[in-house]
Amino acid sequence: MAHPAGFGAERMADILRLDHVTKTFRGGVVAVDDISLDIREGEFLTMLGPSGCGKTTTLRMIGGFEYPDSGSILLDGQDVTDAPPYQRPVNMMFQDFALFPHMTVAANIGYGLKIAGTPRAETESRVREALDMIELPGMADRLPSQLSNGQRQRVALARALMRHPRILLLDEPMSALDAKLKEAMQVELKHIHDRIGITFIMVTHDQTESMIMSDRIIVMRNGRIEQIGSPTELYDRPASAYVADFLGTSNMVPVTVHRTGEEVVARAGDASFRIARAGSVVADGATMTMFIRPEKIRLGANGGDGNVFSGAVREVFFSGNAVRIDLDIGAGQIVMVHHQLDTALGDAGLPAAGDTVTCSVKPETISLFDSADAAAVAAVGGAA
Amino acid sequence: MNHARRHKLGFWVLFSAPMLWWIIVLLVPYLIMLSISFYSRQFPFHVPDFQFGNYLILLQDSQYWTVLLRSVKVSILVSLAAFAMGYPLAYFLAFKVQSERLRLFLYVATIVPLWVSYLLRAYTWKTILGSEGILNSFLMWVGILDEPSTLFLYNEFAMVVTMAYIFTPFMVMPIYASLEKIPRSLIEASKDLGAARFSTFWRITLPLTMPGVLAGFTFTFGLSVGDFVSPLLVGGPYSNMISNVIATQFGMAMNWPLGAALGVVMLFIVLGVITASDKLERAGRLNLG
Repeated sequence: MAHPAGFGAERMADILRLDHVTKTFRGGVVAVDDISLDIREGEFLTMLGPSGCGKTTTLRMIGGFEYPDSGSILLDGQDVTDAPPYQRPVNMMFQDFALFPHMTVAANIGYGLKIAGTPRAETESRVREALDMIELPGMADRLPSQLSNGQRQRVALARALMRHPRILLLDEPMSALDAKLKEAMQVELKHIHDRIGITFIMVTHDQTESMIMSDRIIVMRNGRIEQIGSPTELYDRPASAYVADFLGTSNMVPVTVHRTGEEVVARAGDASFRIARAGSVVADGATMTMFIRPEKIRLGANGGDGNVFSGAVREVFFSGNAVRIDLDIGAGQIVMVHHQLDTALGDAGLPAAGDTVTCSVKPETISLFDSADAAAVAAVGGAA
Repeated sequence: MNHARRHKLGFWVLFSAPMLWWIIVLLVPYLIMLSISFYSRQFPFHVPDFQFGNYLILLQDSQYWTVLLRSVKVSILVSLAAFAMGYPLAYFLAFKVQSERLRLFLYVATIVPLWVSYLLRAYTWKTILGSEGILNSFLMWVGILDEPSTLFLYNEFAMVVTMAYIFTPFMVMPIYASLEKIPRSLIEASKDLGAARFSTFWRITLPLTMPGVLAGFTFTFGLSVGDFVSPLLVGGPYSNMISNVIATQFGMAMNWPLGAALGVVMLFIVLGVITASDKLERAGRLNLG
């Protein structure tokens, strides 16, 4: 293939475009509500959200298992909106793996090639290669029922990749695995993606998983896209309370905003926080919700370059490599602080309940959101 | 010790009644029939004996062979007809009907005739297929026939039609159950991997429903081969099935030993079919895991 000059600098081409796609199910439930989206060639994209946010329906429409009511889906510039699954160069790894129970592992993996009329000898050798790739070389004649969950997942992955799809769809790929295996597979799947260079689109409700694996994450809510961006963008600069709450842990602190010109200060309890990234919509005197990541708060004043505040220690939770300290910053407002224990504890040890400690947090790590929005997120429970 | 004894007592209290029932109404009659099949006939009675003369008659007299073959042939035709109607119906119910309530309604509508007297339903076909019947009237009204045809009733065709109608629910039920069990993701995965509808049906759906198909065939075959009413009502004088011959031997012919021998033969045919289908089903189950 052609090697475009300055490849690294160039923005990768789009492989898939969703254009104003809407899907309403019988009974009037709008699963996907006017979504437009460009997916880049070779990226690992994750659709993240709670159940019912429309992420699975969107994935299924890309795979051809559901058809949009309106809007269009373009793959490599070609309209595939109404094409059946067997006419799209897209393959899916199903949540339950969907291995054919009456066929051997080899027959499962070779199914797509057989359908395509690939000569038997070629199919056999490619199945053997695939079995080597997924490190199950001796398993060709086993039945899916004789495999462990982890092995089934590898077979499902190999089967989905055999036809060299333009895009691989992954529907909650880790949900059937236990925690240990999950972590290992997350890394392995990412490695496979990097190695074969195919575009991956994954659906998950697991925010950690999405951040570990993805180049870009789409956070979805009620059938719409809440925010698209790289994991670090979403984590550090969430566009809404919903995103901030869904990714990672946050302190959600009700504050009163004081604005003088460009300077915005949020007050909560006895503490006040300068805000670096307040939008122009923030009005003086407004009641809003402030989001601070617990690990962005550092113990000590740290030269006073951030917001310095102090509070009374309420509770301390030691977990080996880190400690969580719940601080009362006045008026009963609790702020969680995550402190990484990167050096051995000195003689002073951990702060104890009742101590007063001083902390600092940089203005650019604080987000301010509308209180009503934050309350709605809190009511739903957000991410666990 | 005490505990074990109490367990044993409980076992006998619980199971002695059904076991007694099973022995009295099943095992003893089978044994009686088996022993009578070895009796010899001394008109107008039969006397206890142990000889194979009755089985020899069955082997040598071709008219029994004819009836036996006809019974098997009709039963196979009934099973095939029930399959041809039952599979699409079950498939439609399981995959195409979206509404849960409509599906339940249609399913019940399919099996509810089983609660209506079999005799009545077989009789109904007489009024449909007869020379004054609905089918003839219709064909004459449309103009295909000038005068009533007698081809529809009192032959094997009428028997197959009647029994296929009556036994189709027994084909639909197991096939529907096996279709329902197939995860939809398997169908989707097959299409995802390039197989169009028919190919997916042939490679995935049909193989996965084979246990249901086998069960359906076993039901319909077993029920047809022993059927007594349809031959009597719609089969006419030349369509006797094995049950009718057995009935005659025990009745008018007063030849119990021969009737019993025929009964034993038939019992073994049905047992053979059930064993074969069980073996096939087991082989398939291994595959299904």
